[in-house]
Amino acid sequence: METTMSSQKIRFNDALMSAIKQALPIVLGFLPVGFAYGVLARKTGISVDNTVLMSLLVFAGSAQFIAVGLLASGASAMSVIITTFVVNLRHLLMSAALSPYLRKWSKLELAAFGFQLTDESFAVHSTRFAKGDVGKSETFLINSIAQLAWVGGTVLGIVSSSLISDIKPMGLDYALPAMFIALLIFQIKDRTHVVVGVITGLISTALALGGAGQWNVIIATLIGASLGVALSWTKK
Amino acid sequence: MDQEIVFYIIIGMMAVTYVPRVLPVLALSSRELPPIVVRWLGYVPTAVLSAMLVPSLLAPEGVINFGFDNTYLWVAIPTLAVAMFTRNFFGTVAVGMGLVAAVRYFF
Repeated sequence: METTMSSQKIRFNDALMSAIKQALPIVLGFLPVGFAYGVLARKTGISVDNTVLMSLLVFAGSAQFIAVGLLASGASAMSVIITTFVVNLRHLLMSAALSPYLRKWSKLELAAFGFQLTDESFAVHSTRFAKGDVGKSETFLINSIAQLAWVGGTVLGIVSSSLISDIKPMGLDYALPAMFIALLIFQIKDRTHVVVGVITGLISTALALGGAGQWNVIIATLIGASLGVALSWTKK
Repeated sequence: MDQEIVFYIIIGMMAVTYVPRVLPVLALSSRELPPIVVRWLGYVPTAVLSAMLVPSLLAPEGVINFGFDNTYLWVAIPTLAVAMFTRNFFGTVAVGMGLVAAVRYFF
């Protein structure tokens, strides 16, 4: 009994160490971005409680920034919610992309996993899962550490919001683009991926400027992934 | 700002964010997907990340800007190089933010 207990404990500690190692990049990205969100939300006039609550319940970087911007401009509740929906609809594709790896998971586990699915954890998990690393406790630990960093960054931002007049001199507003650059580069496996990345980015930009509003990401992704399949066919 | 309304907005945001996150794993993970769909889904990470990133670099203010004042775009080049050659996530983010801060400080 005692030996099983201690071996379980060792296994958990191994999972925890490995999760911390894998979540560290997300943490280092989330802390400054969460910080910037916390500062911005407070400066916009959102209460401390609501600022933290949004990070806890919505847990979606870009959508939270957009929501704060919309609230600052006096947008209606409905338009904030609809914009959030469109901005976060991309997770539909990420969730679908991870689903083949989650065969043996219970509904409850899947429900919990979905709640913490972000762009960054998606990028980490899609690399892990493809390698055969599908450990549940490790997956949940990575997600929880990431969310802790997001909420923690938010709280630090709230605390410092009265001391900081502008986040721009510190380059904090570049944390998100820099994170996406790293995540994107790590996804590139062959030349087809390069072509898909470049074309999708350009289509997305054209759509955004052409008046597609927040739909640009989803439409461009649908086109880009289809292009990837078509290219991989012609290569054979 | 009425914080009660903000609270209800947050609840609404949570609902519309959670449903697309959870629905596919709930609905798809229990069935065998055709190989073509799996392959298609394999391109989603690259496509979706690029679709989010590129507009923010080429047109950070909503119009295409290749001028030298577009810090986001020019800093992206060394940042990209760091990501490619070091494969280090933290280093990439730190270099990107550091360069943006430096450009704003010196220019």
